[in-house]
Amino acid sequence: MAYGDPFDAVLSLQQALDSIRDSNWLESGTSGGGAYPPINVFRKGEDLVAVAEVPGIEKKDIEVQVRGNVVRIAGSKTLNYGEKASIHRRERLAGRFDRAVSLPVEIDAERVKAECHDGVLAVYLPRAERDRPKSIKVN
Amino acid sequence: MEKSKQLAVQQKKEMDAKQEKTFPARYFVPTADIFETGDALTLVMEIPGVEKKDLEVSLQNGVLRVEGRIDFGKYEGFEPVYSEYNIGHYSRAFALSDQIDAKGISADLANGVLTLTLNKVKEAAARRIEIK
Repeated sequence: MAYGDPFDAVLSLQQALDSIRDSNWLESGTSGGGAYPPINVFRKGEDLVAVAEVPGIEKKDIEVQVRGNVVRIAGSKTLNYGEKASIHRRERLAGRFDRAVSLPVEIDAERVKAECHDGVLAVYLPRAERDRPKSIKVN
Repeated sequence: MEKSKQLAVQQKKEMDAKQEKTFPARYFVPTADIFETGDALTLVMEIPGVEKKDLEVSLQNGVLRVEGRIDFGKYEGFEPVYSEYNIGHYSRAFALSDQIDAKGISADLANGVLTLTLNKVKEAAARRIEIK
């Protein structure tokens, strides 16, 4: 079991990025504005993984599209509570979402995989071969 | 609920702990809906990323406590490069009234949403009391 908080790095990065407004990460694409769902991007080697929390949304209600360096996550969230229910507290939201984000690296669209378990959507984005840096031996 | 409405982002609220912790873990308050039908009270909570084995629902002294943990092992080897939301465990507690039958609580976890159905105590049939 890890004894350090593994997400300290995430939080300090979040604060750093908040102060730099013109970052070229995740700019809005043309197909969808909107901020839902919030996305965290991780790197494993040369490939990227985009993770978003989508609780209460069925797999069939999520659409993921990739083109070039733009990833689009769209869909809708519905709440079904029945008609006879008397609501005491309402905090959950429902509605449509459509978000397109651009990444600073080119993605190999053929090898993209998306999984959704327990309300967490993970989109595996392998970097395109021609975009990978090539190491050059120094003589 | 209009289907055409754009979903807004809800910032995760961190739990105010009454005591300090000895281990590094952040607890967040999951969003909850509470509604009531004729025979049961239903609690619906959003706890994305929590699996059944890491979820604990307990009732003690009339307080229903829900605690869901995230398996950080899934993120091993992942280096964060951009982040918009926090990841951590979930915890929320509710005080239940006497109207709830403690033995009639059922829980269901699907798509990161926990649905707790709390059956209300059934009214006892009227009893005639004999006069000696």
